[in-house]
Amino acid sequence: MRHETRRLILLLLPAGIVFAAFFLLPMARLFFIGGSGKTGWAAYAAILTDSLYLDSLLSTMAVAAATTAATLVISGISGVFLQRHKFPGNALLVSMLTFPLAFPGVVIGFMVIMLAGRQGLIGQVTQALTGEKLVFAYTIAGLFMGYVYFSIPRTILTVMAAAEKLDPKLEEAARSLGASPWRVLLDVIIPGLKPAFISAGAICFATAVGAFGTAFTLAAKINVLPMVIYTEFTLSANIAMAAALSFVLGIVTWLVLAVARTAAGSSVAAAG
Amino acid sequence: MTDTGNKPVSIALTNCSKTFPDGTRALEPLDLAIHAGETVVFLGPSGCGKTTTLRIIAGLEEPDAGGKVLFDGVDVTHLPIEQRNVGMVFQSYALFPNMTVAGNIGYGLKIRKVPDAQIKARVSEMLAMMQITRLADRRIDQLSGGQRQRVALARAIAVRPRALLLDEPLTALDAKLRDTLRLEIDSLLRSLGITAIYVTHDQAEAMALGDRIVVMEHGRVAQIGKPREIYQRPATRFVAEFIGTMNRLTGSVSNGTFTCKAGGIAWPEAPSSATEILFRPEDIRVVESGEATGLKGTVAAAFFLGDRTRLFVDVGEAQPLVIESTARRDFSHGDRVGLAIDPRGLLVL
Ligand SMILES: Nc1ncnc2c1ncn2[C@@H]1O[C@H](COP(=O)(O)OP(=O)(O)O)[C@@H](O)[C@H]1O
Ligand SMILES: [Mg+2]
Repeated sequence: MRHETRRLILLLLPAGIVFAAFFLLPMARLFFIGGSGKTGWAAYAAILTDSLYLDSLLSTMAVAAATTAATLVISGISGVFLQRHKFPGNALLVSMLTFPLAFPGVVIGFMVIMLAGRQGLIGQVTQALTGEKLVFAYTIAGLFMGYVYFSIPRTILTVMAAAEKLDPKLEEAARSLGASPWRVLLDVIIPGLKPAFISAGAICFATAVGAFGTAFTLAAKINVLPMVIYTEFTLSANIAMAAALSFVLGIVTWLVLAVARTAAGSSVAAAG
Repeated sequence: MTDTGNKPVSIALTNCSKTFPDGTRALEPLDLAIHAGETVVFLGPSGCGKTTTLRIIAGLEEPDAGGKVLFDGVDVTHLPIEQRNVGMVFQSYALFPNMTVAGNIGYGLKIRKVPDAQIKARVSEMLAMMQITRLADRRIDQLSGGQRQRVALARAIAVRPRALLLDEPLTALDAKLRDTLRLEIDSLLRSLGITAIYVTHDQAEAMALGDRIVVMEHGRVAQIGKPREIYQRPATRFVAEFIGTMNRLTGSVSNGTFTCKAGGIAWPEAPSSATEILFRPEDIRVVESGEATGLKGTVAAAFFLGDRTRLFVDVGEAQPLVIESTARRDFSHGDRVGLAIDPRGLLVL
């Protein structure tokens, strides 16, 4: 028995060391730096009381949530479609879809400007059609567009891999029992893809929370937390505040993902 | 409840061929009539087109242009499966992993918007019928293979389908369970009186379950008939050899005697052109010592099976003869034995 315990501890050791070195220690350090500024631990309170910080935290979460939702819908539909229907050029299209994966955030931001900026395509088309120029690249809508563009490729790939593993017999069984294509989607395909949606959605959300390059490129009117942290750190040299914000950003993201995961898990249990 | 599907349906295929988009010709033009309430077994080796035929009947595939599927005389060729009201049971069970056992069984009723109380009652009835009441709230991954197939059967019949289509439902189970479930399916089909089509490559299963058997070969029907007809009067060599064990002797006929390497067999009705005769192991026996016989062979192997001995007797042909002997006599390799064949069992194909 004691021998068994020793073996377990030994096996846990590598994971434990990595976890401590790259997660626990930096987080602890960050936490203490956050409380070491002129205002002390009040820096943490300021995040909730100072509307600049609170608003940016909330809009960061909102834009990340919207990005995740939009990405999952778009990638879910296209991923299943691309996996099910092999047409000429299918493979080429899939490989092209994964293009944006390689781009840094700055490039994504630049593309958003080309599309929705002052000289952008959308502006020109809307001007020709309505006489009014639609420009939203420098707002949160532009950021949302950039994030969705950036998140779709990896989500599509995850969905396609999961769609390939769906058992076609399940869909046939449901249909034999009278299920319409819509019911098959709700009762078989979406539940079957759920694990993929959860993991891809978590990555998508976390990436959108922390993405910086795109926000930086589109800067003008956008106030998301990574930008605020950058400003505090470089312009105001308020290292303590930057650390406090980073710590809270990490914790809140972790919390949101944990809650989402539990909710999804319990809905599986409730359905089952 | 939608009870319209309670009456068994007759099914007819006319001129149904199937060519898959990749060019594979899975079925040659096929005509088939299945009577209301009968159990028909599609039997044949893997790849002969059994599943394809079943899927055409189910509505999961459409036959090539010109083919027709009729349910009670009504053309349903282009009606998708969800509107055909057929129950399906698959080899891989295909149970919904995100639902409990009860959820699976009640699914078809839920789709039909049957009131909850009625669903509950019907599900309990099904659970009791399949003897799985205590599993009602289990998740699918907590069930054994046999239990899963019981749930799949219950799910398929809960909606009172017009026909039940089963594609190798027992193939994934071990031998003992297969025998038990085969008996259960047999009595289930009989008590329901439902039109059932059962696909298998196992001839013992086909014999036990089928009112009629459709033997298939390379996308064609080789023979349709009652199990006894198929066994005793196979229409082709393929059917003869696919079902049960067949012995074979080559030779020629003269003066009402078939003569082969091992000797002669008196057979007054012998067709004069016969150069090969076929017969079952039960139509040949080893004669007692002292009994006269014109046919002799050498024991190549003897397997004592308890109730009988299975002999392989070399008679100078490519294949030794298979003979079932009573267990009383002890044989060993190399024994010379006299043989007697019952001419009523002889076939020429
Ligand atoms: N979707 C398909 N595409 C191409 N060929 C197929 C497809 N389904 C079955 N086949 C081919 O059709 C033939 C008959 O298959 P099937 O009906 O499944 O045989 P069985 O059920 O008797 O084993 C086989 O040669 C098989 O490879
Ligand atoms: Mg098959």
